[in-house]
Amino acid sequence: MTLPNGWEMVVGLEVHTELKTATKMFCGCANSFGAEANTNICPVCLGLPGALPVLNRRAVDLAMAIGMALHSTIAPSTFHRKNYFYPDMPKDFQISQYDLPINSGGYLDLPDGSRVSIERAHLEEDTGKSTHLGGSGRIHGADRSLVDYNRSGVPLVEIVSGPDIRSSAQARAYASELRAILIATSASDGRMEEGSMRIDANVSVRQRGEPFGTRCEIKNLNSLRSLQRAIDHEALRQVELIEEGGVVRQETRHWDENQGETSTMRTKEEAEDYRYFREPDLVDLAPDQQWQDRVRAAQPVLPAQRRRELVSRLVDATEAQLDAVGVVIDLNLEPFVHAAIDDGVEAPLAIARAANELAAGIDDIERLSQEAFSLTLQMEQRGELSATQAKSVLGELLSQGGDPGDIVRSKGFVQLSSDSLGATVEQLIEEHRDEWSRYCDGDDKLAQFFVGLVMKATKGQANGKSVIAELQSRR
Amino acid sequence: MGSPLRREEVAHVAKLARLSLSEDELELFTEQLGQVLEHANDMSSLDLKDVEPTAHPFGLINVVRDDVVRASLERNAVLSQAPDTQDDRFAVPRIMGEAP
Repeated sequence: MTLPNGWEMVVGLEVHTELKTATKMFCGCANSFGAEANTNICPVCLGLPGALPVLNRRAVDLAMAIGMALHSTIAPSTFHRKNYFYPDMPKDFQISQYDLPINSGGYLDLPDGSRVSIERAHLEEDTGKSTHLGGSGRIHGADRSLVDYNRSGVPLVEIVSGPDIRSSAQARAYASELRAILIATSASDGRMEEGSMRIDANVSVRQRGEPFGTRCEIKNLNSLRSLQRAIDHEALRQVELIEEGGVVRQETRHWDENQGETSTMRTKEEAEDYRYFREPDLVDLAPDQQWQDRVRAAQPVLPAQRRRELVSRLVDATEAQLDAVGVVIDLNLEPFVHAAIDDGVEAPLAIARAANELAAGIDDIERLSQEAFSLTLQMEQRGELSATQAKSVLGELLSQGGDPGDIVRSKGFVQLSSDSLGATVEQLIEEHRDEWSRYCDGDDKLAQFFVGLVMKATKGQANGKSVIAELQSRR
Repeated sequence: MGSPLRREEVAHVAKLARLSLSEDELELFTEQLGQVLEHANDMSSLDLKDVEPTAHPFGLINVVRDDVVRASLERNAVLSQAPDTQDDRFAVPRIMGEAP
């Protein structure tokens, strides 16, 4: 979306990611999503008097891994108490990093070549989870709230970008690339729908070249799609407000996915005064060179590099192919793709089958060997299986396991012999002389017409490429 | 000399701490907290330019533990201490406004 009349949006994102540790940030309770309510709680994460927090080494490892992937500077850091009253925070304060975060500065390069600066990526703890009963479901109007403290104290890293983003599509690309990095470094599973990655967007508008306008912070962005829609909506709202002579107030706004709009949550005047002060129960965190080197040595190849390697297998990659590459990388399916390509399968086919059929069966992926994947695609490429049949074989391999050849035989995917295919083609040409003449006169679009007829006649058992070869040989 | 703390500041801090103070209490605490601040201000009279700021009495850094799960508390034992519960959760009165 482009804003009208020379307006430009200025966006910065705050991404909270839960870290994939075994235990919470400051206690040994299990960090596990979906556990029965209030089963992973102890005096520390319930804020009982006298309980003392002890920092989780693994959380620090993962925070540094994120910082290294974002080219941040790792520096000595401290912890503060951010004080506020809310029932999902039983201590009445959240332990966070304030003026001295573990990671400062850095940048993230996006696939389109743009660069977004990173201001900081700091450690903090998550809150408990409230369920609001009664009323409209939004917190206002709820009669009663129920709190589960399993999430209280789960380690988080908050990654704050600079105000460098200029479109909702770029915001989405940033969130998507960051998510890929979090997954690659094993820092997070990146599941936005489960809340393990949460995004707040700071949005303002200005005339190109002018100073920044007043920003609004948008919350409740639960998917990349919400992020993109909410930013577009909010930027347009601000432009319309200003053009009608109004003034943007600095405030926090709530995104309503169903209504497709943002509404005021609280204004700056109501903003809390958090009275940050040093957490006296924790000492400074200053990972030495040895600790940092150990984390750096375990860094994986980052998604950008992996994407370059995969894209280099394609010639003039299309938008859809680039999306497919993204899926392959997110789901770590490259070993299948590379193995198939090395066996002679064309890259676009290998990438497409991985991004669609393998992605759809990702929960069962350990049933599938690289060899079985490659063999199936080779059969498809040689014309021994139609696309529909190849997809069906992959589905069977994922759900049941087994050998591609056995599945082909048991499903009766006996490939039409070229004699039988030729006979079918001959007969259909006889029945459609007009179309055939036009095809012979150079109307190539009619090739698809004949492919359709053959598919219908063979109940989808023919291979499209083989049909076209048969047509061309008779042209 | 006047108190280093204004009455409005004490009222603001009391509001943040969800304390409801009477006029007399505001008066009393403004004076008492002012004395505490004044005492802390005594530090300003010392020459401390060669002293590093101290955030912690111990010279320790990097106190960490291994990421190993330890037993949590038994749920019913915890919930039995709560004023109100429902569906294995802590029940709290209706919340005004959203979490920060």
